[in-house]
Amino acid sequence: MLLDIVFNAFNGLIQGSFYALMAIGLSLILGLNGVINFAHGTFMALAGYFAFTLVPYTGFWGALVLGPILAGAIGYIVEQLIIRRLYLRDPLYSLLATFGLALIMQDLLRTIWGAQGLPLAIPDFLNQPVSNTYFFVTGYRLLVVALAVISTGALFATLRFTRLGVRIRAGNADLETIAALGVNIYLLRSANFVLGIMFAGLAGILAAGQLGLTPTMGDQLIMPSFVAIVVGGVGSLFGSLVGGLIIGIASGVTTAFFPAASEVVIYLIMGLTLIIRPRGLFGQEGLFE
Amino acid sequence: MSPALREKLVQGITALLLLTVPLWVGYVGGYTDLASRVLIYALAAMGLNLLLGFTGGLSFGHAAYFGLGAYGTGLMLDYVTGNTLLALAVGTLTGGLAALILAPIAVRRRGIYFSMITIAIGQMFYFIAVRWNSFTGGEDGLTGFTRQPILGVTLSGTVFYYMVLLFFGLGALLLWTILHSPLGHTFVAIRENQKRLTFLGIRVERYIALSFAISGVVCALAGGLNALLDNFASPDDLRYTLSGNFLIIVVLGGMRNFWGPLVGAAIFVLVQNYVSAITQNWMTVIGLVFVLSVMFFPLGVLGFFRRRSRS
Repeated sequence: MLLDIVFNAFNGLIQGSFYALMAIGLSLILGLNGVINFAHGTFMALAGYFAFTLVPYTGFWGALVLGPILAGAIGYIVEQLIIRRLYLRDPLYSLLATFGLALIMQDLLRTIWGAQGLPLAIPDFLNQPVSNTYFFVTGYRLLVVALAVISTGALFATLRFTRLGVRIRAGNADLETIAALGVNIYLLRSANFVLGIMFAGLAGILAAGQLGLTPTMGDQLIMPSFVAIVVGGVGSLFGSLVGGLIIGIASGVTTAFFPAASEVVIYLIMGLTLIIRPRGLFGQEGLFE
Repeated sequence: MSPALREKLVQGITALLLLTVPLWVGYVGGYTDLASRVLIYALAAMGLNLLLGFTGGLSFGHAAYFGLGAYGTGLMLDYVTGNTLLALAVGTLTGGLAALILAPIAVRRRGIYFSMITIAIGQMFYFIAVRWNSFTGGEDGLTGFTRQPILGVTLSGTVFYYMVLLFFGLGALLLWTILHSPLGHTFVAIRENQKRLTFLGIRVERYIALSFAISGVVCALAGGLNALLDNFASPDDLRYTLSGNFLIIVVLGGMRNFWGPLVGAAIFVLVQNYVSAITQNWMTVIGLVFVLSVMFFPLGVLGFFRRRSRS
């Protein structure tokens, strides 16, 4: 029984890592661009499919690096063509635009790569369990957790210590002021959007190696990622990370006891958070209102 | 022609067209059930527009109340009663009650955050419907019910269309009355300047929650009618995708305009119906409708014409 719980909690941790990576990307874009990116899930799938196509040429590791970059490039084009024209308008419009974009991209994924699930080949040695008792702890799953931690750490270091990071943080606090101080906020927002998409891309490739590829794979991950942001607190990237892991593990543990409720529990946690602590675990009061 | 007279004329023609749909819809390549669908989506979108266009609350989760209305109606017919109207009433109240209970939680946050919370709450109902197999039929949806005759009158496609039209009229009348009452003026004032109303001592949250609940009731009524139209309730009736469709219907028609959602629903339902019949890539077309209308027609069809006629 205990092993059963550990097994499900670990599954939840893996799932939570995907939620957290997605939520961090969404959170970045929500913060500086002021956009709820509904297409985040399809960007995620897009990177997975890029990786699928790249693996025969570059191997898994090459695809893991190039996939997010290519998805980021598509993200840049989308930002230039559509998103940036909507910054000054009501959030309704960017929401609907990214929603429509998600439909278009999903349809294109289906047309190009087919509706059937595709496997993403991962190196053999990563499939081996690390120990016999904990048969579910494979090298690949450890890699997922490690990369989630490393990429988030790298993001925090970037935000803390580089010029770009300082500008992103300052822009989150007061966009008008940094514009007045001579920062090109359009460029900054483009860079930030691409950065967010690259996080989705990383999540997509890692998830594809674990769960396989379908055009709709992002649909299952984007809603929990919204919840992760709400639970962690809007405006806090650290909160998004913690929120993602919490709901992932909670959902995993629930699977051990009451499988049918494994998704609903995510939303119950959100409801509870909103009642007890509306700003979220690490959120600031009054942001985005 | 004076604007007021022209408005009256347009409204009269619209009413006449709606009343005579079963007579002419076949000649323009449509069918009566399609017209019923337009009215049902229009009713849901008008309900949503009370919150979105007139109170300024961007909900991305109103399909949840639509779907609850559908499931409530269907489950009543499946398990409890053969009375279509009673089932519809219970379905409407179910959705409305859910909106009333959840509204205070959702309005704890504003702006984009409010939208995210409404999406997530909506998805909760979606997962309940999908997972509670034995009760709701799971992913296959709820079947096994048909709309029963009311007072001995069989609800054929045409009769049912008039029933939908009647409820559409009642819903529109309710919303119209609210918007022209002090309550409605308070809603619009909240949209225009929330801070100021707070300073005036008005409990803004309560009013937004009330607007949320009323729009939820109207959506639930539409959902119940939709279940009766199809003799089927689908988990997709609860899904955020449908919430997105309602929003684009409102925006397409013109969200500052009372009748905008009717125009939007007609365009959306017809485009979706037509495009999905001719191409597999209909999602791309619908997606383009979203992106292009947001970028180039933010005021919607009615807003566009209204502005042109003024200039």
